[in-house]
Amino acid sequence: MSFGILPEAKRGLLGAAFQSKSFALGFAVTAVFILAAFLSFGWTPYDATALAVAEKLKAPSSLHWFGTDHFGRDIFSMIMVGARTSIAVAFVSVGIGIAAGVPLGLWAAAKRGSLVDEVIMRANDLVFAFPALLIAILITAVFGPSAINAIIAIGIFNIPVFARLARGAALTLWTREYILAARVAGKGAIRISAEHILPNIMNLLIVQGTIQFSLGILADAALSYVGLGAQPPTPSWGRMLADAQTMISLAPHMALFPGAAIVLTVLGLNLMGDGLRDIFDPKLRRSRS
Amino acid sequence: MNSLMKLMTTAAILVATSALTPAFAANTAITVGMVLEPPNLDPTSGAAAAIREVTYANIFQGLTRFDANGAIVPDLAKSWDISADGLTYTFHLASGVKFHDGTPFSADDVKFSLDRARAPDSTNAQKGLFADIASVDVVDAATVKVTLKKPNGNFLFNMAWGDAVILSPKSIVTEATNPVGTGPFKFVNWVKGDRVELAKFDGYWGTPVKLDKVTFKFISDPSAAFAAVMAGDVDAFPLFPAVETLEQFKADPRFAVIAGNTEGETLLAMNNGKKPFDNIKVREAVAHAVNRKEIIDGAMFGYGTPIGTHFAPHNPDYVDLTAQSNYDPEKSKALLKEAGYPDGFTVSLKLPPPPYARRGGEIIAAQLAKVGIKAEITNVEWAQWLEQVFKGKEYDLTIVSHTEPMDIDIYGRDNYYFNYKSDAFKKIMTDLSGTTDPAKRSELLKAAQKQIADDYVNAFLFELPKLGVANAKIVGLWKNQPTPSNDMSEVYWKD
Amino acid sequence: MVPYLLKRLISLVLSLLAASVVIFLVLQIVPGDPASYMLGMNAQPETVEALRQQMGLNEPLAWRYLTWVAGLTHGDFGVSYTYKVPIGELIAQRLWVSLPLALYALLLSTLIALPIGIISAAKRNSAADYGIMGVTQLGIAVPNFWFAMLLVLLFSITLRWFSAGGFPGWNAGFFVALKALTLPAVALALPQASILARVMRSSLLDTLSEDYIRTARAKGLTQGQTLVRHAVRNAMIPVLTIIGLQFSFLLAGAIIIENVFYLPGLGRLVFQGITQRDLIVVQSVVMLLVFAVIVITFLVDMAYALVDPRLRSRG
Repeated sequence: MSFGILPEAKRGLLGAAFQSKSFALGFAVTAVFILAAFLSFGWTPYDATALAVAEKLKAPSSLHWFGTDHFGRDIFSMIMVGARTSIAVAFVSVGIGIAAGVPLGLWAAAKRGSLVDEVIMRANDLVFAFPALLIAILITAVFGPSAINAIIAIGIFNIPVFARLARGAALTLWTREYILAARVAGKGAIRISAEHILPNIMNLLIVQGTIQFSLGILADAALSYVGLGAQPPTPSWGRMLADAQTMISLAPHMALFPGAAIVLTVLGLNLMGDGLRDIFDPKLRRSRS
Repeated sequence: MNSLMKLMTTAAILVATSALTPAFAANTAITVGMVLEPPNLDPTSGAAAAIREVTYANIFQGLTRFDANGAIVPDLAKSWDISADGLTYTFHLASGVKFHDGTPFSADDVKFSLDRARAPDSTNAQKGLFADIASVDVVDAATVKVTLKKPNGNFLFNMAWGDAVILSPKSIVTEATNPVGTGPFKFVNWVKGDRVELAKFDGYWGTPVKLDKVTFKFISDPSAAFAAVMAGDVDAFPLFPAVETLEQFKADPRFAVIAGNTEGETLLAMNNGKKPFDNIKVREAVAHAVNRKEIIDGAMFGYGTPIGTHFAPHNPDYVDLTAQSNYDPEKSKALLKEAGYPDGFTVSLKLPPPPYARRGGEIIAAQLAKVGIKAEITNVEWAQWLEQVFKGKEYDLTIVSHTEPMDIDIYGRDNYYFNYKSDAFKKIMTDLSGTTDPAKRSELLKAAQKQIADDYVNAFLFELPKLGVANAKIVGLWKNQPTPSNDMSEVYWKD
Repeated sequence: MVPYLLKRLISLVLSLLAASVVIFLVLQIVPGDPASYMLGMNAQPETVEALRQQMGLNEPLAWRYLTWVAGLTHGDFGVSYTYKVPIGELIAQRLWVSLPLALYALLLSTLIALPIGIISAAKRNSAADYGIMGVTQLGIAVPNFWFAMLLVLLFSITLRWFSAGGFPGWNAGFFVALKALTLPAVALALPQASILARVMRSSLLDTLSEDYIRTARAKGLTQGQTLVRHAVRNAMIPVLTIIGLQFSFLLAGAIIIENVFYLPGLGRLVFQGITQRDLIVVQSVVMLLVFAVIVITFLVDMAYALVDPRLRSRG
């Protein structure tokens, strides 16, 4: 049992994955937005950045499916392009969290009880203690608003999440017999972490990664809503909502569609995460079926 | 049945009388909406317009003041004599003036306030207004003599600014949180983050005001501002943030839309000291690439007067030079080619927070793209804008409204952020400050306007409008904004 | 216990010191000078210099850090650059908005979440359960500021039942003030309630599968009796932990909602402080919030350690 996902179990898992209704639904919704994001590189109904002041604040119609904004831009096209930004920001910031957090967590677990462990865990607590959004705002105040800085701001707060998760899961694994056997065989802590521990906590990381991904979409929306995400003319869902706010009595469609896009994407990812958790956790799976 | 009829009649009478009551008792309270809350209430050590919007002409007064049309009229100085050489101003002060704390006002307070503003450790945001003062001398309790270093045709104008108001040395330490002035309204209360309340000052020396209570309510969110006016929570919103909703107010007889002028020349400023804008052909190309009408329609919902130079169109000396930099993308492309940029170039466009800049910036970026100039937008806060653009001159393009009145002289300043260097313009300015003849002055001002338009220093966009909305029954609000102010001294409700 | 306590205390102090250094240094590199900001475009350089001097910005970095920390230890946060009043006073004023708002939102979220969480667990796999879980999924996915905008559109602009923003102050009357906090509290409570309901449900399900519950059922208690007498009470521990976490989140995390509704709360104070470069306010408020979280975490850890000595060996 040295690998989390046994080869022969894999096919069963994939099958199980699509049997899980929440995974299937979440996957479908998420896929739509990811496809829209990719499609937007090649095609959008209108140029998402082209201004047509004469066409401003038009309600949804067959010409403009989701209507136009205060500059006459097509909201449907903007949402498609905005999906790109949101998904990229959330995805990369999860990547940062995993790339920095998991090694830290594994290191802490390998050196459990030592000063290294203590320092890593206290540093984690410290980051958790900071009000995340305020710090993100500060970071962008220092380095200027941009999608990159939004990624960094969100990514920093993903690090302790993954570090804690990795450490906690690894700690229990270190007491297992097969790890003891590996140690007796003379394998070092780094090799054991990489070869035996990491594969076994992969499931947990994937589930948490999905959750953080959805939180990242929400965080990016919040940051760009306060004007700190991707800069115009690059469309972003949060800024579309900020623009919509002053026109809400005139053109409610400007607020409805980008908001709905955020909700659906986050919902899709959360459903996927839930589905994955059920699939990976045999105890729960048993109790559910 | 009979009793029911009786009841209904009584009810009807009750409703009718209660509806009529407000008409009998004249309304003497007003709630005025403002977008930004002032950081503090001391206009002599901070530039925030919001400080003046609460205090100017309401709490604090100066020797002279701006009236609603921007003319300079007597205030605490009821009259003055100017010596033949233009160096000595003798101010005769109004009598019976008291500060809100009961302290009598005298010439000593004038000396104290002016000396404080020009002291080496002064933190007055417009210290330049006092730069020409050589000395301030108290002649007697009601007379002050101000001696200048050199003649200054603008001195009375300078003394009208909100930064030149007269304070009492007794209350100077607490001015920021508990302002004490000589104006018709006294400070009552400040609920931080929500409102400032003023009340009629019974000991006021001038014409009695009609309002008993003035509340300034701070609502920064445009949709909240809209809802507050619609619901009657706010009676007047002189600088209304939701321009896009003004049409709705126009259609509603309960409200009056007040559209006037400010002194704000809105510019697409170019860094004249930096490639590629050190080339006049490039600047001219930018000027022709900009479509003012589209900007005014898109960013200002149609409000705003196009300008072709840095001067207020409502000023009698204004020259309309908009034709010189008309919208002509083909000419723009040709000029870029001549300048050696046939394929255009990429520059940064830094945008401060006001909607005219943020919205205008998106439109201008799209217009510039049509002639091949790629403008990369960065939204910045005011603090960053001041540091990077204004002080550091680290920018290519920026959009900003210069709201100080009569500020064409900034083009003659060394080290100003435009990086514009013109001896011809400086000469006009030097001639101007030495000239008192009105006809000559007018001629020089016109020449100055032409000079900067010919040099295409900046792309001149439009004069920032003052757009407000108020209950239709309110009389006496300022239409224009010669200086930041919500002067309530002549405001009343008509029935 | 004593060595453990000592170790944790040292690490607490070190954490606080580290936090204060980080906050202070980050704010030093924020571009933009508070004095130039206050004096605006027409100010002369020597005026800006005079104001910097007055604000104490020309003191050496280390000196400013030490005076700040020394002040903090006896509750003196310094004086705001722009408001020119003691920061302690500002914080106290803002807490009178933020604290009631957080409590209001927490109360709403708890009152909604616990019953539906319990129903969901009790009627597991029923239509009601699926319905509730679906709605809570949606609740988690909705950005609270967007929800706030929708509330404004419906209740302020269309129905005109509530004002769209602002806070009249508690002097205006308890219910007037409470009304002004209602829409913001609802906007804040929705995602929190969704999370809480899910935690309540799963915690209750865990408890229901424990042996003693089965024993209770075997003794002949009805499902309802079991739920009330045993399960709910035992399931409350994780729920209370989440409520505690949510409270500290609500206190600082309401920043965007405070902006949407223009409420003069703590989050808005920091936000304004950042834009106006009133950095001394920003650093003091952020430090206070961090301090609160670190100390609360410490106390919770201590409480757990008292209850369960085994935890002391854990990091």
